[in-house]
Amino acid sequence: MLHQMSGSIAVAKAVALCRPDVVPCYPITPQTHIVEHLSVLVKSGQLKNCTYENVESEFSSMSFCIGSSAAGARTYTATASQGLLYMMEAVYNASGLGLPIVMTLGNRAIGAPINIWNDHSDAMSVRDAGWIQLFVESNQQAVDVHIQAFKLAEALSLPVMVNMDGFILTHAITRVDLPEQEQVDQFLPSFVPRQKLDTQSPLSIGAMVGPDAFTEVRYLAHHKQKEALAIIEQQADEFLEIFGRDSGGLIKTYFADDADIVFVAMGSVVGTMQELVHELREEGFSVGILSLRSFRPFPANAICNALKNAKKAIVFEKSFAVGMGGILASEIHMATQRYIGEELKIKSVIGGLGGRTITKKSLKKLVECANKDELDDEVFMDLDGGTVVRELKRQQDGQTSGPAAENILRDIGVVSASKTH
Amino acid sequence: MTIKEEFITDEQTVKFYQTGTFTVGNRLLDDEFRTVQATQERSNSIDSGHRACQGCGQALGARYALDTAMRVTDNQIIAANATGCLEVFTTPYPETAWSIPWIHSLFGNVASVASGIAATLKAKGDTTTRVIAQGGDGGTTDIGFACLSGLFDRNDDVLYICYDNGGYMNTGVQRSSATPGGARTSTSMPVGENPGSSFTTGKFLPAIAMAHEIPYVATASVHDLHDLERKVEKAMSFRGARYIQINVPCPLGWGSLPAQTIKLARMGVESGLVPLFEAEHGDLTHSTKIRYQVPVEEYLKLQRRFAHVLKPANIEQLETIRAIAEKNIKRYQLL
Repeated sequence: MLHQMSGSIAVAKAVALCRPDVVPCYPITPQTHIVEHLSVLVKSGQLKNCTYENVESEFSSMSFCIGSSAAGARTYTATASQGLLYMMEAVYNASGLGLPIVMTLGNRAIGAPINIWNDHSDAMSVRDAGWIQLFVESNQQAVDVHIQAFKLAEALSLPVMVNMDGFILTHAITRVDLPEQEQVDQFLPSFVPRQKLDTQSPLSIGAMVGPDAFTEVRYLAHHKQKEALAIIEQQADEFLEIFGRDSGGLIKTYFADDADIVFVAMGSVVGTMQELVHELREEGFSVGILSLRSFRPFPANAICNALKNAKKAIVFEKSFAVGMGGILASEIHMATQRYIGEELKIKSVIGGLGGRTITKKSLKKLVECANKDELDDEVFMDLDGGTVVRELKRQQDGQTSGPAAENILRDIGVVSASKTH
Repeated sequence: MTIKEEFITDEQTVKFYQTGTFTVGNRLLDDEFRTVQATQERSNSIDSGHRACQGCGQALGARYALDTAMRVTDNQIIAANATGCLEVFTTPYPETAWSIPWIHSLFGNVASVASGIAATLKAKGDTTTRVIAQGGDGGTTDIGFACLSGLFDRNDDVLYICYDNGGYMNTGVQRSSATPGGARTSTSMPVGENPGSSFTTGKFLPAIAMAHEIPYVATASVHDLHDLERKVEKAMSFRGARYIQINVPCPLGWGSLPAQTIKLARMGVESGLVPLFEAEHGDLTHSTKIRYQVPVEEYLKLQRRFAHVLKPANIEQLETIRAIAEKNIKRYQLL
């Protein structure tokens, strides 16, 4: 049924359609509306047989998930940014224990400096945590992928994180087609846990594992993620059959087959890129898009297949590894080096950090530069070089130049900062 | 406590304390007061073969606490465990000493894991299965404190058992916020001014639990297993958050003889340093009277961690510890 609603409310309703047994939560912008709405759905009786608990921290929230999932409950929670970091130890633990928890990450920057707006620093901070990490481009996909996430998690007995851009998606009111309960029930069978704390059949879960078996246990986690590559594709097909929508899957390409220049990106920026590609195609540019919907597992084969005819890949990402550069770019580089080789040039572009607007104009400039072979290997899109130079000079001039972030804010006049000492 | 009538005769003077430890022999008690140790049907929640040290107070306390909970719930217990000695010595892969459903997740989150298990039982309408969380004093008073306070606040249906041996023994005897003042640990060595652990307020968690006004709080000690069993049984008669802290001597961390674990547990209580009491909904309801008061130094001198306290130069420390015992005796009405 068609609705006009925010991404957060749509996700809350989609999660409720999946009939979770336990939902612990802790507020953090920009995901809070999701768990707020779930509390209404539970308290009003629209979501039955569900224990909802507003706990005292994200660390507690994920730990609560670990307990409930191990006890056999279909378990959901949501977080973002600092919240994800605060629960980090439990994030690794949930995947290590093989617990099929589903969590929404309303993608947001990580401080300091504190920043509530969107980028992918939080998702990238857990890229090695053993979770399946899916990205969505729109609120419709957010709805659809959450329903698939429960099925995927439970098939693999692994936790799944659905990444949706904070504010850009969570707070955007768009048209959403919410599935019917019967459709979801048909797609998503009831949860049969691979392991369960059960007094009738006592198990010990979480034993200490020494050097004699640790490698094998860790390898198995890698193996299961590789298995997920096929299952994600298969479930997207099943989803299409029941719901009539092509949502999910490992990757999605737009005009990439015959394009010389291909954008590689994840999340809502793909929407902006789609508009731009239509315009650029009319202007005669040979340009396309490769959207990664699954980041973990990393679909290296599908990526290489999508890029095999391209000359240049502009890997656009909303985060980076400080001191190294683009994270996605280096992974794409590694994958394509192995299967395609040097003829594909990888250009790393970092943009949209801390919610900076990503304009078609700036993206277009990237394509124009790439077309003329003038795009640097590493670009910080829309970086204000003058501001950076001013602060660097201040630091050279004196050891006690003070906090950099506040100096820069004073320079650009965003806030009325205190006078320099 | 009642004594079987057949043992009370005019001709015979009944010696209740024939073991010399003030322990009332099991055979002298009515069936209802006998420990589960004596029954064929005891559950053996923790089986033999685990790797606890000789004289480990925690292994003993956990065994009796869990078996009592199993008995009173008809074996319907799920346990969650914090990282720590109990976790490590019971589950070296691929072996496990646990014959009950048991999960270990992290050091600081056992209260929340247990809350999650309780939430599942609630969602599924299971009112017979009960949940126990357990951790050491470091996992309880320090790193797990926030999760535990959250559990108390929500009044989740979990019995939390803290095995208090006054330090991080599993990682090599470091100071926790439950380490007694003056005690030597590997991060509070008896060097410099004020040797040993500082005499700051520490965290006496039973009192903090009482401040949350949860249904039931108790302290117990492994020298009196009947009392421990009674308290666990009572705790299981309540719904909601419950907290029991058990005094469990640690020969390794305390520098005491393994054979003196029970004696030390008793002397801690009889000196006033380890008050035994119960509280319901925030109010003190019962405290165990000291039968034969033991001077504090008698208790301290059996533990190498207090060796420096007994030197004349550190008389002030000894006086401070005496004052703590006196304060406990007054506050918890122990005499």
